[in-house]
Order: sequence, then structure tokens, then C-alpha cells
Amino acid sequence: MLLEQLINGLTLGSIYAIVALGFTLVFGVLGIINMAHGEIFMIGAFIGVLVTSVLGLPLWIAFIAAIAVTALLGYMLERIALRPLRGKQGVSHLAPLISTIGVSILLENLSHHIFGAGNHPFRNSFAEIQIQIGSITIYIVQILIFVISIALMLILSYWLSKTKAGKALRATAENLETASLLGVNTKRTITTTVIIASALGGIAGILVGMAFNSVNPQMGLSMGLKGLAIIILGGMGNVKGAMAGGLLLGVAETMIVAYGDSGYRDAVAFITIIFVLLLRPQGLFGKNTSEAGR
Amino acid sequence: MLKVKGIETFYGKIQALKGVSLEVEQGQVVTLLGANGAGKSTTMKTISGLLKPKHGTVEFLGENITGLRPDQLLRKGIALVPEGRAILSTMTVMENLEMGAYHRSDKNIKKDIEEVMEQFPILKERSEQLGGTLSGGQQQMLAIARALLSKPKLLLLDEPSMGLAPLIVADIFKMIREIKAAGTTVLLVEQNAKQALKVADYGYVMETGKVIINGEAKDLLEDARIVEAYLGKKSS
Repeated sequence: MLLEQLINGLTLGSIYAIVALGFTLVFGVLGIINMAHGEIFMIGAFIGVLVTSVLGLPLWIAFIAAIAVTALLGYMLERIALRPLRGKQGVSHLAPLISTIGVSILLENLSHHIFGAGNHPFRNSFAEIQIQIGSITIYIVQILIFVISIALMLILSYWLSKTKAGKALRATAENLETASLLGVNTKRTITTTVIIASALGGIAGILVGMAFNSVNPQMGLSMGLKGLAIIILGGMGNVKGAMAGGLLLGVAETMIVAYGDSGYRDAVAFITIIFVLLLRPQGLFGKNTSEAGR
Repeated sequence: MLKVKGIETFYGKIQALKGVSLEVEQGQVVTLLGANGAGKSTTMKTISGLLKPKHGTVEFLGENITGLRPDQLLRKGIALVPEGRAILSTMTVMENLEMGAYHRSDKNIKKDIEEVMEQFPILKERSEQLGGTLSGGQQQMLAIARALLSKPKLLLLDEPSMGLAPLIVADIFKMIREIKAAGTTVLLVEQNAKQALKVADYGYVMETGKVIINGEAKDLLEDARIVEAYLGKKSS
């Protein structure tokens, strides 16, 4: 029973981790919270519904379509909502944040308009297939979600630490000016980062659709807030922190539902934020340095 | 090689440069002196593309490069080591060096990094440490070594000796001599006027956003105005 709940928790947590990675990448490079990230995630989930349930196509096509659409959304977000505000005189540093809130409202209402307010089922051929090991029941879909998430995290970690483009991203995240003096086209690096982050959100959208079998236009908001909670927990802009924080929150939520009161499920994330901010404001993996010291 | 003509650069409404002109010949070390707030760093930032001048032009190897971005200028052969060194503190020493060669795609990068590490054994010793853990002098060496890995034609050094112990300062000036001997042109901003003029071929002195004196470095060392304002009493 405990093991079963742990598996449930890790499945949920690995999706959280993917959402939080998108947040943390954008925060690292741009220093802003992308409030539209949750809605981009929701659009990814709806693309999954469209491709599998409405068009009846296989799941892998849903992944490709969701990645393509959310990557495009990321590109448009950067070009239309973020870049015009960057480095302009007289523009408040809060302007890009507000701008992403605007995009999130637009996307939510758009999907309301197109898909309607209700829940949409997410059908896939193997949702009900399960394996019985002793007294434990595991759904194939859970293993698939877990494997995809872990693979994504490994690929992203490798890309960031070993490739030229990944190093350019980290240099840009640490200091935009220095990166450009070293020959990095920082405009292009920022665009790439927002695109990758958005595509991660899109993938997470499909994974959630697979896990919970239901998709609605409001799901972006709560996922967005949880993603935010996770990066505060793990340390803003910290990739390892996002992964660990995501898994931790997923397990904690599942355990609360299983052994406590399911009504408190969503409270876990926010109670965690309060405690982290009180006890370790830099987050679990964050560095204990002030912004002013840079 | 580098011709700066009448550049005027603003921070918002405040004019920091009021028509600065200077020239750097190939193979020379040229130094830019002046008190705090004279506009030396602003001049360097304008040449390297971090700031865009409102008026005036910058020419490099006969080409107008005014208003290009730093990454575009690096590809043309201009590298800046900014004031305060700007080490990537969350990346390892090795990664910092690799970023120095970021824009290159030739096959000699590994070899060149090896050579740099031979030249600075401390960087080899600490290659897996984070850049932020190095001491000030080591960071300055890393910053200069990193800039050299981009194979610049013109190296801009903004106050490389700032905040360093006298022994380390001597090392830094030795490095500048070696860089010159290797054929790289250098434009050097310094507070340490005496040392800078000794290593330089030509010098400019700035005050409140303008060049007020310029001449051969050896003449400037004797110039009464400079001796009084920047070199202190003539003790040596």
C-alpha cells in the first residue's frame, strides 16, 4: 500500500518536476516568473485531447503536435510579450511579469472559447492496462510517465552541462553582459530558452492528461502556482532544485491524500512555501547570496 | 587599427562622453588614463558594443562598427575584459575557458586551452573548481586568459590591476607585456598611471568625458600636468 502510494507520488511528482523545469529555465535567464507557463501547459494537454480523442491518432503524434504548438507559443511569447519590453528606458522591471499574466489570461479564455468549460476525457489505448506484483497494482501509464520525465530530466541536465549551447544558456543566466562579451548571441539564447521551457510545459500537459484522464481550461492556473511553489522550494533558477522539489511535492501530496485528509492536498504546496520562506529563503538548493552582491 | 571619432554616449539623459576621439595602431599598447568618473570605462563599453553612442563613429580595420553587438564585435576580433573581471562564478574554471573560445569552431581549442593552463599552472590546478572560488588575482588571470582564447586582434582591458596586491599587479603588467610581444594590440584603462605608461606606447588622459591630453607614453611620463595629477611627487 505504501509502495503503491509512493509510485503514485513519484508519477505525479515527475510531472511537477517537468513543469517546474520550464519555470526555472526562464527564471534563470530572464529573472522573471513566466505566469503564462501554466496556460501553455494546459494548451499542451488540449492538443493531446485533440489528437488522441478527437482525431483518434496515436499518442506519439500527440507528443509531437503538443511540442510543436507549445514551442511556437513560447516563440510568440518571447517575440510579442517579452522582447519589446526588454532594455527599454522607463519600462518597470515588473512589466514583463504583468505581460505574461496578460498572455495567461488570453490563453485561458481562448481555450474556454474553443473547447468549452467542462472536463475533456483523454483517451489512450493503454490507460487501463495494469500489472499486478504481489498486492501492488501498477498502471503501465504510470511507468511510461515516470520514464519519459526522468529521460527528459537527464537529457536536459546533460545538455546544460556538456553542450556548447547549454553552457551558453548557463552563462547567459548568470550574467547577460558577460555572456555577450564572450560571443554569445544572448537574444537567440533567450528565445531558445523560452521555446524549450514552453515545449517542456507542453509535454507535461500530455503527461497530466494521460495520468488523470481529464483536461480543462482551468488546469493551467493551479499547475502554474504549484510550479512556482516548487521553484521556491528548490531554489529559483536551480535545475536540480526543480527536479527534487517536484518529486518531493508529488510524493507529499499523494501521502496526504492517502493517509490524511484529501481536502488538504492543494494546501501542501503552499504550506511548504511558507515554511521554506521562513526557514531557508534561498530554497533547498539555492545559494546563500544576495542579488546585490553580483 | 581602431579609430574612435567624436563618440558621445549617454546614460539616460546624463552625457558621459562628450566627443571622445582616439586611435590605436596595430601592435601597440595604448593606455587611457583619468580620474574616477572621467569616462574611461564608458569609452571601453562603447567600443566593445555594450553601450551605443548617440553620435560619433567607431572604425575597426577600416570598417564602421558603430552600434554592433558585443558578440558581433568579438567575431571581428575585439575582446573586452570588463572592470570587475566578470568571471562566471557558477561555472568551473575549465568551463570559463571553454566559454572564451565559444565563437570559435576550429580544431585547436583544446590545444589552446592546454597552452593557457601551462602558462597559468594555478588555473590547471583549479580547473574543476567554480570560478567564484578563485582569489581576485586568479580571477583576473582567468578573465584575461579567457579573453585571449577568443584570439582577439584587439584586447580591451578595463582596470586589470584594480583591487589587487602589488605583487599580483606586477604579474598582471608582465602579462600585458607578453600579450604585446605575442602581437596582440591592447587598449588599457588604468588608475595605476605610472605602470600603465611604462608598458604603453601611447597614452590618452580623460577628464569629465573628454580627452584632454594625448601623446607618446614616454613623453607623458615627463609631462608636468600628468606628473602632478596622476603620478604624485617625482620620487624615482
